[in-house]
Amino acid sequence: MLRDITLGQYYPAESVIHRLDPRTKFLGTLAFIVALFLFKTFWGFLLCGGFIIFVTALAKLPIKFLIKGMRPILFLLLFMMIFNLLLTPGEIIGQWWIFRVTKEGVYAALFMGLRLVMLVFGSSIMTYTTTPNKLTSGMESVFGFLKIFKVPVHELAMMISIALRFIPILLDETNKIMKAQQARGADFETGGLIKRAKALVPLLIPLFVSAFRRAEELAEAMEARCYHGGKGRTKMKPLKYHLRDLIAYLSLIGLIVGCVFIP
Amino acid sequence: MSLILDKISYYYGKGTAFETAAVKNITLSIPDGEFIGLIGHTGSGKSTLIQHMNGLIKPESGNIYFNGADIYDKDFKLRDLRRKVGLVFQYPEHQLFETTVIKDVLFGPNNMGFTKLEAEVAAYDALKAVGIGEDLIDASPLELSGGQKRRVAIAGVLACNPEILILDEPTAGLDPAGRTEILNLLKKIHEEKKITIILVSHSMEDVARYAERIIVIDNGEIYFDDEPRKVFEHEDELKKMGLEIPQCTQLVRKLKKCGFDVDEDCLTVEETLASIKECFGIN
Ligand SMILES: Nc1ncnc2c1ncn2[C@@H]1O[C@H](COP(=O)(O)OP(=O)(O)OP(=O)(O)O)[C@@H](O)[C@H]1O
Ligand SMILES: [Mg+2]
Repeated sequence: MLRDITLGQYYPAESVIHRLDPRTKFLGTLAFIVALFLFKTFWGFLLCGGFIIFVTALAKLPIKFLIKGMRPILFLLLFMMIFNLLLTPGEIIGQWWIFRVTKEGVYAALFMGLRLVMLVFGSSIMTYTTTPNKLTSGMESVFGFLKIFKVPVHELAMMISIALRFIPILLDETNKIMKAQQARGADFETGGLIKRAKALVPLLIPLFVSAFRRAEELAEAMEARCYHGGKGRTKMKPLKYHLRDLIAYLSLIGLIVGCVFIP
Repeated sequence: MSLILDKISYYYGKGTAFETAAVKNITLSIPDGEFIGLIGHTGSGKSTLIQHMNGLIKPESGNIYFNGADIYDKDFKLRDLRRKVGLVFQYPEHQLFETTVIKDVLFGPNNMGFTKLEAEVAAYDALKAVGIGEDLIDASPLELSGGQKRRVAIAGVLACNPEILILDEPTAGLDPAGRTEILNLLKKIHEEKKITIILVSHSMEDVARYAERIIVIDNGEIYFDDEPRKVFEHEDELKKMGLEIPQCTQLVRKLKKCGFDVDEDCLTVEETLASIKECFGIN
């Protein structure tokens, strides 16, 4: 069902970016972040900014969505910019009480802020265009080499995807139990800290009971289908690179090279 | 005492890519003492609709009046509404949390501001009404069978002494005997306590036997709201909504078509049997 995948803020649309291989998107996001910290001049910023706007347009994402994604880091962003602005030594261009603003500070704050904004933009494009399940299977494949060092990559990926799958279900369940208790007069919204903590008992107990029940059922269902871990296991939808992935990788390499060599 | 829904609409996931209209412009009046069946296919919006009736879901547009007062007025106390309009959710046994049955049933009355004595009287009354014997009163709710849990959960709502009792598919997942028992129990409560009952279901069979009024909802809209016999005249339309009229009614209608002189309006097995016996002259 649709509402089961709303977690991880997936935004459904038909676009090239949505169809890209999850590995491409994961590695591409890393590459983009590296590029962000390579450029030193305004031209590099323009290049990265242009790139991200281009990708957003390709992915058919409403700008509104990306801006909404910025909200949680707004505070951090302001903080970092103010610190950079006030604490960078250099040529003083303004002074007020104990604060002094330097030319270098303005630059540092501006670049830091823009980098951070683009970093969040870039990674939210990945989560907006990739379902959590695809993302985990992409990561499983990218980190597959760690198996040599006996890291249980498959098991970890499986755990993550099950957890992701269950979060919306448990949220739904929380909502339902909360309403059922409210129908019996429970009050989750008013009162002091202790009263509110106590009010959670009728919510948490049924929730835990149901989480354990679901976990047990799932484990049984998986065993009944002979699941025994990653060894020799094939995928129903194996990840496959297409031409578009090659193009994506090439443009990312272009971006990095551009960021390094731009004056 | 009456509950009126006035042109209410509700959307899930408002403002996201997943927006779905679950209730569309529904107007409904629930007078005192009726036994109402609310019927609709899976996903038709039944559960969403009934949650409006005790203020758990606030409609996007439209008003809800309880005894003439708008329930979203500033000085209206939602808790009073929730005491008077009891709502038993789908699979209510999942909400049990206390260590003993009686404590769990007491949860509602205690929240609603009953005195200790009132609460206990109400709880014992409710447990007796749903047929939970004294031997189970101190058992852990988690140790009961599915059907027993369901009864305890219903008792938990009944103990608040509601004037309107709404039950969301109370018979889902029970065996035939358990179904009949729960439904008979509702009928008994309805007759003895004179409370309004709204029974949500997707089985026409269940509803036909007990309800005096049937509301058919599909895709978030009300299509029929009438007494059972009248609603069942629309067999074809109901079929399109994925609903079947009771099998006995289908049977007598087929017999009638074949030229037998039976009563077309039979709703229950007993009525059907009597009518067929009469037609064939058997005693
Ligand atoms: N929490 C939710 N979030 C998003 N959509 C929902 C949610 N709950 C229900 N819906 C949607 O609203 C519509 C009506 O759902 P509702 O639960 O009211 O149906 P119902 O008639 O009770 O179905 P059932 O017989 O299966 O219980 C459905 O299309 C459903 O997918
Ligand atoms: Mg429902």
